[in-house]
Amino acid sequence: MLDYETLRLIWWALLGILLIGFAVMDGFDLGTAALLPFVARTDDERNLALHTIDPVWEGNQVWFILGGGAIFAAWPPLYAAAFSGFYLAMFLVLAALILRPVGFQFRGKFEGRLRRFWDWCLTVGGIVPSLVFGVAFGNLFMGVPFGFDPDLRFHSQITLLSLLNPFALLVGLVSLAMILLHGAAWLNHKASGAVAERARRIVPLAAAAYALLFAGAGFWLTQLSGARVTSLVDTGGPSNPLLKTVATVPGAWLMNMSAHPVLWLLPVLALASAGLAVLLRRRPLAGLVASALVPFFTIATAGAALFPFLLPSSSQPDMSLTVWDASSSRLTLGIMLGAVAVFLPVVLFYTGWVYRVLRGAVSHESMSRDGHY
Amino acid sequence: MDIVELSRLQFAVTALYHFLFVPLTLGLSILLGIMETVYVMTGRTIWRDMTKFWGVLFGINFAMGVATGITMEFQFGTNWAYYAHYVGDVFGAPLAIEGLMAFFLEATFVGLFFFGWNRLSRVAHLAVTWLLALGANFSALWILIANGWMQFPVGARFNADTMRMEVTDFMAVMFNPVAQAKFVHTVSAGYTTGAIFVLAVSAWYLLRGRHVALAKRSMTVAASFGLASALSVVVLGDESGYTAGQNQKMKIAAIEAMWHTEPAPASFTVFGVPDLENRTTEFEVKVPWVLGLIATRSTDKPVPGIDELVEMAKTRIRSGLIAYGALDRLRRDRGNAQLRAALAAHDMDLGYALLLKRFRPDVTNATESDIARAAESTIPDVPVLFWSFRFMVGIGFFMIALFALAFYLSARQRLDRYRAFLRIAFLSLPLPWIAAELGWVVAEYGRQPWAIEGVLPTFLAVSGTDAGNVVFSLIGFVVFYSGLLVFDVVLMLKYIRLGPDETLGHAVAMPGAREAVAGV
Repeated sequence: MLDYETLRLIWWALLGILLIGFAVMDGFDLGTAALLPFVARTDDERNLALHTIDPVWEGNQVWFILGGGAIFAAWPPLYAAAFSGFYLAMFLVLAALILRPVGFQFRGKFEGRLRRFWDWCLTVGGIVPSLVFGVAFGNLFMGVPFGFDPDLRFHSQITLLSLLNPFALLVGLVSLAMILLHGAAWLNHKASGAVAERARRIVPLAAAAYALLFAGAGFWLTQLSGARVTSLVDTGGPSNPLLKTVATVPGAWLMNMSAHPVLWLLPVLALASAGLAVLLRRRPLAGLVASALVPFFTIATAGAALFPFLLPSSSQPDMSLTVWDASSSRLTLGIMLGAVAVFLPVVLFYTGWVYRVLRGAVSHESMSRDGHY
Repeated sequence: MDIVELSRLQFAVTALYHFLFVPLTLGLSILLGIMETVYVMTGRTIWRDMTKFWGVLFGINFAMGVATGITMEFQFGTNWAYYAHYVGDVFGAPLAIEGLMAFFLEATFVGLFFFGWNRLSRVAHLAVTWLLALGANFSALWILIANGWMQFPVGARFNADTMRMEVTDFMAVMFNPVAQAKFVHTVSAGYTTGAIFVLAVSAWYLLRGRHVALAKRSMTVAASFGLASALSVVVLGDESGYTAGQNQKMKIAAIEAMWHTEPAPASFTVFGVPDLENRTTEFEVKVPWVLGLIATRSTDKPVPGIDELVEMAKTRIRSGLIAYGALDRLRRDRGNAQLRAALAAHDMDLGYALLLKRFRPDVTNATESDIARAAESTIPDVPVLFWSFRFMVGIGFFMIALFALAFYLSARQRLDRYRAFLRIAFLSLPLPWIAAELGWVVAEYGRQPWAIEGVLPTFLAVSGTDAGNVVFSLIGFVVFYSGLLVFDVVLMLKYIRLGPDETLGHAVAMPGAREAVAGV
């Protein structure tokens, strides 16, 4: 079996892949729902726009559920700390995501105002998670006030208001712009007629907003203090966050980039992908691929900057959670890696098959042909 | 109410809500697979229309199941942070595998089930339906492996360096006998729920003389599938009783309101009134031998009573105190091999020492009276368990009788002849839900005071969150879920009333309308 250090690194990468999977796969349907008021004006148009995601959004949302499950299995202290620490933010996200399964199922079964009501619920269900996940990521860079007692019981002084600081809100907007861009690129590819037309016009706007906000957040990051581990790290040691010392250093979040300049490619490619999504908007499928690369490189940038930190503490920096002291046991990481190696390819295979079955642009004709009941 | 009670209440409310929808998803998904299989094999379109019509009702319910399930996956982190830390190494894995193996399967194919009828060949669509059903059932398997471990924590050991339980033998966790028994019991209960749902709604149609062809066929499928499922619920529920008898003796004793050890062969109390103050059960009606057979599979082993189990708990608390003391000193002296050996010799009782934290923070100074109180605290709520269990089992036997009658009538082609039978079948609609919720109470409320049996007490498992936050989220969930439930019920009733013809937009009947009106 692989050694503990390697397994932890693999699971750090897998954590990133799951987040990217969520942002790419669920991202386009969150974005589509969030853009609904802007791309569709009549009931028919809304039906069409939502029909592009109706058969697939449910599978996509599993990326989020799986992300939660994987953090639980591979990073239990992170699962405990992040979800109980961000309690009300988490509640907000759950409430928004709960609106989606019922919204999609119920909207078509009502007419008139009740359908409009559920359409608005879906739009809110698209905007809120996109924003809140970004805010959560922003707070990782700021650090949040938490610690552990000797029994490793987590305690924090985090409040919802403290999470809504200006930098975190800026990162929230980065995330929202990224998801809107991806949703617009999806509709441009999958919808037809006026809906696709409007979505295509949104692509450059969302890309520009993303680029400005992302660059702005990057600049702000250079001004922030970050965390550095100052004690000797046992990368194969027990998962106990009380055994190290951490210093808060200005500009620390750029130190990985300085040490390995090749990492600067990640933010550059994130911006380039957004540009590409605009340039390729007349070739919708290629444009969609480009817009999918935006969350990929954005999340990779954040991960590269934060490594090895998972959740830095602002009040007790020594108790920050890192890749080296917040994982499951070696055995569990190994077993879970085996499970992922077996099942993820199967999932990707049948997901690909489903998209192939559903191929082709969605139009009113295709919808009546499908016998949408 | 303090944070522990609020968190428990929230978990109970959200789990019970979630479990209103899960059993129906489990049962209907298989019934859809059966109906569509008949369609593909015979080519008769009425079976396709049956699949589609019940599929509409399935979809409404499925959405609610998914919606309320999202909360469950994250609640362990938001509200049970110490639980997540303490057992995440073991408990997280089945949850993550559930996502990989089950949620993706059902969620990916549910879209094609609804939107793929005209894009897929008959056989391909049938495969989609069965994959959807398979996903739902895999989900039950993995969540019950996780739950089984809470009841019977095998294959794991405490690690002093990380202050948590860690996996030592994953195969033992996966093939936990409690998990296997619970899985088959729970999915059978789900199948029974699906069958009663189809039976009751069809009975309503027959009572009104509507959609007779579809209703009779649906009822026939529901009767045979339901009979097999209801029988297996009871037989496999009994298997659950046996595995619990091995491990959760206190739960069995509480279900039986059995204060003193029953000499072999132990008898089963059918009726009685538990008296908590005097620790006796009055007006008992007993059936000899039955409990001995359920709990020990023998006629020569006694079944221990509550008082004796409390005494055993005291012994385990004292042993646990040795482990706790060693652990306490290890924190300051991490390399001490002697302390590690002392901990290793007693770590299986560490959880019992943790029970003392409810009565004093400095556990190592516990007095005899603290130990007595802590041992006393291992008794679950006797009257609630006693009655929940009896109502659950009573409903189970009633459903077997109902399905057996329905099966007999369908075999003799008389399903629509007796209005009294149809009325009873219709009025039975709520029963499987009541039984399922009571089953949750017996299994999970009966596990108290433990979050993980013998390992982690519930009161220690909570998050350090503000109680105000939990009040907010609890009220939020109740209001939010209840709102959704209103929509759910309104839509269910709407489509049941509309019936298959209008729901599907065409007349659903057998070719040759003779049979369709024969029963009216």
